[in-house]
Parts: sequence; C-alpha cells; structure tokens
Amino acid sequence: MMLLAAPGADAASREAIRINEVMVVNDNSMVDEYGQRKAWIELFNANFAPIEISSIYITNDSTQPRKYPVPLGDVNTKMPKRQHVVFFADGEPNKGTFHTSFTLTPGQDNWIGIYDADGIKLIDQVLVPASLLPGQSYARTEDGAGEWTVRTGGENDYITPSSANIIKDTNHKIEEFATRDGNGFGMTVMAMCIVFSALLLLCLSFYAIGKIGGAVSKMNKFRAHGVDRREASEEIAVHDSGEEIAAISMALYEHLNAHDTENTILTINKVKRAYSPWSSKIYGLREVPAHRHTSR
Amino acid sequence: MSFGDFILNNLEQFWLLTGFANAQVGNFVMLAVGLFFIWLAIKKNFEPMLLVPIGFGILIGNIPFNTEAGLEIGIYEEGSVLNILYNGVAAGWYPPLIFLGIGAMTDFSALIANPKLMLIGAAAQFGIFGAYMVALAIGFAPDQAGAIAIIGGADGPTAIFLSSKLAPNLMGAIAVSAYSYMALVPVIQPPLMRLFTTKKERLIRMKPARAVSQNEKIIFPIVGMLLTCFVVPSGIPLLGMLFFGNLLRECGVTSRLAKTASNALTDIVTILLGMTVGASTQASQFLTPQTIFIFFLGFMAFIIASSSGVLFVKLFNLILPKDKKINPLIGNAGVSAVPMSARISNNLGLEYDPSNYLLMHAMGPNVAGVIGSAVAAGVLLGFLA
Repeated sequence: MMLLAAPGADAASREAIRINEVMVVNDNSMVDEYGQRKAWIELFNANFAPIEISSIYITNDSTQPRKYPVPLGDVNTKMPKRQHVVFFADGEPNKGTFHTSFTLTPGQDNWIGIYDADGIKLIDQVLVPASLLPGQSYARTEDGAGEWTVRTGGENDYITPSSANIIKDTNHKIEEFATRDGNGFGMTVMAMCIVFSALLLLCLSFYAIGKIGGAVSKMNKFRAHGVDRREASEEIAVHDSGEEIAAISMALYEHLNAHDTENTILTINKVKRAYSPWSSKIYGLREVPAHRHTSR
Repeated sequence: MSFGDFILNNLEQFWLLTGFANAQVGNFVMLAVGLFFIWLAIKKNFEPMLLVPIGFGILIGNIPFNTEAGLEIGIYEEGSVLNILYNGVAAGWYPPLIFLGIGAMTDFSALIANPKLMLIGAAAQFGIFGAYMVALAIGFAPDQAGAIAIIGGADGPTAIFLSSKLAPNLMGAIAVSAYSYMALVPVIQPPLMRLFTTKKERLIRMKPARAVSQNEKIIFPIVGMLLTCFVVPSGIPLLGMLFFGNLLRECGVTSRLAKTASNALTDIVTILLGMTVGASTQASQFLTPQTIFIFFLGFMAFIIASSSGVLFVKLFNLILPKDKKINPLIGNAGVSAVPMSARISNNLGLEYDPSNYLLMHAMGPNVAGVIGSAVAAGVLLGFLA
C-alpha cells in the first residue's frame, strides 16, 4: 500500500516546481551537451525535498498542454531540493531528456507553461515579453518566488542558468541577527517569550484538563454508587465525617450495652497518615548504593 | 629487486601506515582526554552510560593513521564504517530516537498533577540565552553562539541535534562539553542552590501532589505535542518523538513498543551516539582555542540555568498563597539533566530536613526542562537555520 502511495506523494509535491528563468535568444550563455547555444528554460524545485519531474509536461501552447512530456527513466529528472534544471527549447527532443519538442520565437510574446502528469493541472506559467533582446533572460528576482524581471547579464543582474537567481555568500538571517542584535538581547527576549508561552499554554491546558478530569471521575464515582448528582454534596459530608460515625457508635454502645464491663474511655483522634508514595524512602535514597568487594 | 628488498620495502610501507609513524602530540592529548573520561565514568561513577562510550570513542577517533592512504577508516572519510555510523549524528537522527526513549521512560505525573512547575522548566532556559549573549560578546557568530548556548539546556541529544544543524564543525566540542557538565551537575548545582536560598526556604514542605488519572496521562502527550509543536514547528523532531514515546508508555496497549523504545532502542542509540560523538573529536578538530571557549560557555550556561531556576521559584513564591509555596531547592531541576538534578534537589532537601522528600516534586520541573530545552532548540533553529 505504501509503495502504491509513493507516486501520489511525488505528484503532490510537484506543485513546488517553478519556471525560474528563460532565455529566448541565446548568443552568449550556456551551451548544451552538443556545444550549441539554444533557447533555454530553467525550472526550480522550491520544495525542501526531491521532486521527480518525469511525466510532467512543458509546453509553449496553452491549447496543447501535452506538447513535451518529460521522459521517464532518466535519473537526472529527480530534482534535488531547492535545485535547478535547464531544458533547451530547440525542437529536437531526440537529442535527450532535456531538449523540448518546441522552440521559442524571438520578437514575440512566448507563453510557457508546465502541466502535471494528467496534462490538465497547470503547475506554473510565464509570459516572456517580446521585448526581450538577444542575450537577455527573463527571470524571477529570487528562486521560485518574487517578480519577473529582465536580466541583461550585467554585474548586478547576472544571468544564472542552472544556478540560484540570487547568489548568496552569507546566511541573510544570521547577518541580520549579527548586525541588529549584536548583544543577543533581542533573541533572549523573543526566545524566552516563546518558551514561556509554550509551557504556559501547556500548564493552563493541564489545569483545565485536571479540573475537568476530576469532575468527571467524581461524577462517575457517584454514578457507580447510584448517588444522584444533587445528593452528591450531602454524601460527601456524610462520608467525610468521622466524628458522626464515632457518635453513632457511642450511642449504639450506650443503647445496647452489650459488652462486658471494661474501661470505656473512648478517644476520638483523627489519624493523619504522613506516608505517601511522594515521600517514600524508596525514591529518596540519599546515597548511591556502592558496590563493595568482600575479601575471602 | 631482491626478495630481501621486497620484504623490507613492504615492511617500510606498513610502518608508514601504523599509528606510531603518524602520531602527533594532539593525538596523545586526546587519548589522555578519552582515558580521563573513562576513568571518571568507572571510578567516579559520573554518567557512565555516556562517558564510557564517549571516552572510548575519543580513543577510537584519535588513533593516528595515514589519511592519504585511502584506507576509508576515518570517521570523516565518506563510506567508512565509522562515517556510516556517524551519519546519525551528522544528519541529526540519533537525538530524536533518544528522545523517543526518554519519552517512553518518563513519568510526567508530577508535572500533570502540578502544572505550574512547568514554568520552572521554562525559566531555567535562561541559561541557554544567557550563554548565547556571552558567546556573542566573545565573538562567535549568531549561529555558532546558538549551537554552543544550547549546552545550558543540559540535554546532550538536544545539543547534538542543534549543533549538527547550526554549527557542524563545533559539534564534537559542544557534545563533549554538554555531557561533561551533565556529569558534573552534582558538583556545580549544590553551591548555587545554597547561595540563592535561605535556610527557611530550604525547609519549605510541599503538599503531596494529587493522584493523576490514566486518562490525563494519555491526554498529556497528545495535547503536549500539539500545543508545543504548533508554537514551535522546528522542534517537531525532538518534541514529536518525546511525546510519542510517552504515549507508547501511557496508552496501556503498546507496552511492548514502550519497552523496546525505553530499553533496547535507547541503549543501542546511546552506544552509537556516544561512541561516534567521541570519535568525531579528532585532535585536529577538537584541540582549538574555540574548544576552550565552548567549555567556558558551557560552564556559564549551566550556572545561569541552575541559578535562574532557583531564583524564579523564589520570585514565583511571592505571588503564591502561603500553603502552596514551592521549595526553591527544586528550581535547579529546571535544567533537563533527568533525573540527576531532581536527585540533587532531593538530597539537599533531606540535608536540611531528613523527612522532606522533594524528589517527586523536583521531577516536575525536571521533565518540564526536557520540554523547555527542546522548545528552545526549536526556537534557535527557527531563527538561525
């Protein structure tokens, strides 16, 4: 059953595939495995888990969603987490898995879409503007998200087929903590608030659960003894009073006078049991038992 | 080449592969550290379940050999046996398995019966963030500071889990530091507990907690997991496994699974975790000035954590009714060194009043400390990863 479910799980995660960057006229960018420069489409796996992209469809015509099915049986179609793959739009699918059956047309708008294995569900789409010049790419500002912009290949808007659209040399989050919270006070306040909130939430929940549980078990006890809810409080008083039981016993003793003559001093002393498992010596050994060697 | 030369050449080659030919001073220093850990465990009975595997792991990891010979035996050489075993540490999946076992071993009754003790477990996490601030002041980057500071949670698996994510290069030193200080809890905590409490406070008697129903024990891990993980999803690996293990224990219908999780599985993972953490402390990685700072910061973290737990109880007592005061000697147990720190509360309590048993009361903040440190690790991971 689990094995059968596996492809389904793959299909579900395919929603994280994104068209990430497109170049229509490739005159100075990456070459394919035959040494030729062709238009290319970069896909990005926005998930934090690998995605198998075989059997999805890439197309440049919304009326023909099944134009180029990504072939089965190629190990390279398994995209690692947060990684990229480039398809060459050269209209030569026989060249390999990453060569589509269609081309992109310079000088006019190019619509590109990717469809799930059913050929119906649109996963992502982009309209590449006709104004895109040779050597320029149309890319998201950051991988898998953000606005689409034209990149000219300059120092600040570099073209990045098969790699991240923003090349990060540092962890942005850590940089921010280092500059804005250099002494760690902010982190301490935030983190302790979260830790306290989580445990306070748990604490309050278990106060409530304890109260409800106590009330329920009390009612169950009364129900088991056939005592009505309204009589319950009276019953508690009756059962709790040791003095009354002692008084009844005394009265019976006086009335029946059934015993032999003996010392009839009766002491009513409420016994308080100090012992409980909470103060058991078993749990309170003061010393760790030591292994002793006995000499013979 | 004569037969004699052939034999001599091979013997010479073999000599170059031996530990004697490749030994450096650092190797001997680390071998001495490993032997010291083993001595502490066997002779002083300091956390032997951890220090024996770690100590022996240090010996294994510091046998010098020719790393250029391609023997695939070193812990950092991909595909070697030690490297495969080390994956549980590097990828961080040993700690959640240990947490599964801790959950299956832990009785949360003390906490369920007296939920306010959870706040002591939260307060003790100041140790983590106090050490974080000191680490930043020393010059560590925020991610490294977070990984080091988690030592203050007094929880070895949590420290390994977080450092494997935030600062893998410091993991060996962090793990050894965390386990060393956990072993030294009986030495570190009592002076602080005496320092911050008055004699009158040490004599406070706490009411025995109410009995906890089975239903409450079953609800606890479910509600606990849902609430804490909704607040800190990054803590799912640790908190999820902790509460799952506890549900196995309490639900009453999976006693076989609970038994395996709390015995065999925990023992196996403890052996592998301890040994590989020890082996990862190779001289070249371990004998650096950073390690000295990490040990210093770990010590600071333990002091702050223990003190803040005790001081929080004193503060808390100001608002509690007279008959519900908490003995501040259980404040130290807010660190999650289970059950060592709770046992220290008990022993110190008995020192001042031979009939005042605090153990079960101290178990409340102690297990809350386990939850608290896992939540704190989740928070650090969420902010800094």
